[in-house]
Amino acid sequence: MNQPQPRFDLAKARADFPILSQTINRHPLVYLDNAASTHKPRAVIDRIRKVYEEDYSNVHRGVHTLSQRCTDLFESAREKVQTLLNARHSHEIIFVRGTTEAINLVAQSYGRKNVGPGDEILITAMEHHSNIVPWQMLCEQTGASLKVAPISLTGELLMDEFAGLLSDRTRLVSVTHMSNALGTINPVEQIIAQAHARGIPVLLDGAQSAPHMTVDVQALDCDFYAFSGHKLYGPSGIGVLYGKESLLTAMPPWQGGGDMIRRVTFEKTEYNELPYKFEAGTPNIADTIALGAAIDYVNILGIDAIAEHEHHLLAYATEQALKIPELKIIGTAGHKGAILSFTLDRIHPHDIGTLLDQLGIAIRAGHHCAMPVMDFFEVPATARASFGLYNTFEEVDILMDGIRQVIKMFG
Amino acid sequence: MLDQIRDLYQEVVFDHNRNPRNFRVMEDANRKIEGFNPLCGDRITLYAKVIDGKIEDVSFQGSGCAISTASASLMTEIVKGQTEQEAEQLFDLFHRITTGKNGDEVNLEELGKLAVLAGVRAYPARVKCATLAWHSLQSALKNDGETVSTE
Ligand SMILES: Cc1ncc(COP(=O)(O)O)c(C=O)c1O
Repeated sequence: MNQPQPRFDLAKARADFPILSQTINRHPLVYLDNAASTHKPRAVIDRIRKVYEEDYSNVHRGVHTLSQRCTDLFESAREKVQTLLNARHSHEIIFVRGTTEAINLVAQSYGRKNVGPGDEILITAMEHHSNIVPWQMLCEQTGASLKVAPISLTGELLMDEFAGLLSDRTRLVSVTHMSNALGTINPVEQIIAQAHARGIPVLLDGAQSAPHMTVDVQALDCDFYAFSGHKLYGPSGIGVLYGKESLLTAMPPWQGGGDMIRRVTFEKTEYNELPYKFEAGTPNIADTIALGAAIDYVNILGIDAIAEHEHHLLAYATEQALKIPELKIIGTAGHKGAILSFTLDRIHPHDIGTLLDQLGIAIRAGHHCAMPVMDFFEVPATARASFGLYNTFEEVDILMDGIRQVIKMFG
Repeated sequence: MLDQIRDLYQEVVFDHNRNPRNFRVMEDANRKIEGFNPLCGDRITLYAKVIDGKIEDVSFQGSGCAISTASASLMTEIVKGQTEQEAEQLFDLFHRITTGKNGDEVNLEELGKLAVLAGVRAYPARVKCATLAWHSLQSALKNDGETVSTE
């Protein structure tokens, strides 16, 4: 078989990830759960260690050398994120714990200020729970209602229905850029254009898109964009909210504390400028700096080259999966990221997951934090193989062989 | 290659998964409960007819993995005809065996047919699958006739 070779050195890239070179249940690890979280290259691991061994101090607070050095590193990570997303200003980059926290921040700050009784928030039927529940909470707090744009059986957003749900009461549209359960990449340009035509801001959940495609928030013209470092080969516990300056400036702070203030008296507190207004308390310093290292790493390989390689893996995996008659792919959108969600006749995904694990193959089995998607496809769960930059065509073969063994075992 | 896992996926498990026993709605049940494992989406509805402290009949419906289906099927076979107290004791034993630490002294013989599921203790992520039906039964026995949910 002659598979297209990635534009980067795949064997070398694999060697950059120490965790990959181990055996699981006496088989070489085949890690296909990248949509849940990716592994970390040596550069990221070393960066965390170096922060603590050489550069660590609290940030934004001291006059001493280490504090200054650490602050510079921390702020340079912000600039790396700014460049990654092509944001206009670095102060439009807010560091948070992850996508979940970013969405909650927008719901509680932007939402509480701008959403009232009778207003509407519009999401889609393919959202992760973290892009559903914060809006339900907001609706409960404000008397607004949550509208859900439906999807097709291929897992694509029904754009006519979506457009029909945009109303004079819609205060915010919040959609996933790429679905973690189905792999669908949404036509966000069109979504944003339609929402903006009515003056409605749009939040993109970028948890899955940031690691798998070039994202340009200015070209997209999205108003908010959220992603998690741990899915981008960076540490867990650090993520990003991008927001347009004009929106962030008008938003009230979400949490109160140190760093987010300019002047505090017991009568009145003056808030700090962006981005610090939204970064109360000592941040996740080392992981933020290491996120910068993850972005550097991804840039060396090239996000486009990574996306291309993953696309080839997905195409190959899909082709091979279609040869297995008992296998049904859930999510067959025309425009997809490297996620293969599937079910097998009469074999529950949990059994698939446990059995494949015996062969060293790590996949996800479950509802992928998208229970409404499972309900829509009338399955309790799916098995999901999701690819990252370090996966190989041989690993796809191992997965397919494993699936055949599982089918055989169930008889 | 998958042979190593035969300790859990034994033929009995496949058999009960393919042909679950007592897999039916019970119209005249006086206990009914929905069991739900939010982690994996397994759902079962457990029906029981309990008269004077004795489980006269028990059945289930629902969708789940092989482990949870086989466990529910085996459970219904075994507790049918038992007193509530006997079923409760068996649940205790089953719970200890599936969640116990390796090396804990357990007498598999006491478990009878249920012993096939003892292997689940080596797969902590799957223990909840094996115990879902039992937790549902326990709630059903504690409760007098109303529908409750373990969610
Ligand atoms: C599409 C999508 N949105 C949101 C999230 C939540 O991300 P996190 O758990 O890192 O906050 C995830 C990941 O689990 C995701 O895949």
